Amino acid sequence: MTDALPGELWLALSDTPLFGLTATLLAYTLAHRLALAGRGHPLLNPVVTAVALLMGLLWLTGIDYASYFEGARFIHFLLGPATVAMAVPLYQQLPRLRRMLGPLLLTLLAGVLVNVLSALLLARWLGGSEVMLRTLSPKSVTTPVAMGIAAEVGGIPSLTAVFVVVTGIFGAVVGQWVFRVLQVTDNAARGFAMGLAAHGIGTARAFQLNAVMGAFSGLALALAALLTAALLPAIVDVLVSP
Amino acid sequence: MAFINGITLLLIFQLLGEIAVRLSQLPVPGPVAGMLLLFIALLLRGRSGDSLERAANGLLGHLSLLFIPAGVGLMVHLHRVGEEWLPVTVAIAASTVLTLALSGLLLQWLLRRRDQRTAGDD
Repeated sequence: MTDALPGELWLALSDTPLFGLTATLLAYTLAHRLALAGRGHPLLNPVVTAVALLMGLLWLTGIDYASYFEGARFIHFLLGPATVAMAVPLYQQLPRLRRMLGPLLLTLLAGVLVNVLSALLLARWLGGSEVMLRTLSPKSVTTPVAMGIAAEVGGIPSLTAVFVVVTGIFGAVVGQWVFRVLQVTDNAARGFAMGLAAHGIGTARAFQLNAVMGAFSGLALALAALLTAALLPAIVDVLVSP
Repeated sequence: MAFINGITLLLIFQLLGEIAVRLSQLPVPGPVAGMLLLFIALLLRGRSGDSLERAANGLLGHLSLLFIPAGVGLMVHLHRVGEEWLPVTVAIAASTVLTLALSGLLLQWLLRRRDQRTAGDD
């Protein structure tokens, strides 16, 4: 559909990494401003707004996702060092972390089990196919781990990646509302829950709201990835019959 | 220069994480292993330092930006959910709300109970 826009200049530009990179940064700048203008309203989550803007742009220009990602991958790559960087706020929470170890581990176990079991049982009850259940099962852990687990339990890794993003966005958007309704006011508890349910995208939201919340969300993200990788194959074996 | 030093350190630990994962064959992604290794290194060193803090704050302050490229990928794959959109949507929405609610309430309750107990000891 690129033909719809005449000019060799356009073709040349849309073919360089410059397009995807600039478009992503521009969309984020706009989305970030909009979030600030809306005083951080959860529905104005910058990931949601920017993704919607970019999907619209790609649809209008006819540029396919692969050419877009040619440039956007430079930003995508930074997820790696950003994950490593979560050790820093965590280290700054060290004194609290030491005192909280027992409650944190107990919540980790309960959170991961409830998450996986409720998702699998609901999807099965509503008639989800076996492959879909396997694909869905690791949806709450960070993308690279989720894709690895999906391959191990017989799901479709690339579709799992989609469920991971949807889960993260959904959790980031509804999190604050759930905490307000249930009067969860402790930032460590809020952050930890966010990381367990909505991995990195929830953690991004948590860092926006509060540094303590972000640190505990990052911790939950890492611990949930480890525990899910260890437990999920056995759970799927029991709950999903071939 | 502080920011560059910090970023370099983060990349070194990511690299160490990748190596550790390959060697141990643990089902964890390199960056998560790198995070754990950096955390251990900070414990041993006893402080995080200005350059590392600057790089970490720079990246984590705009973590949302980094998820956008993957998010746009939804448009390529979303149709594959096909006829199973109902079980998938309900399972994702309900389990996410349930997990947020249960883990938030549980951890807050455990922390408060422990705080009360330590206060009672005094």
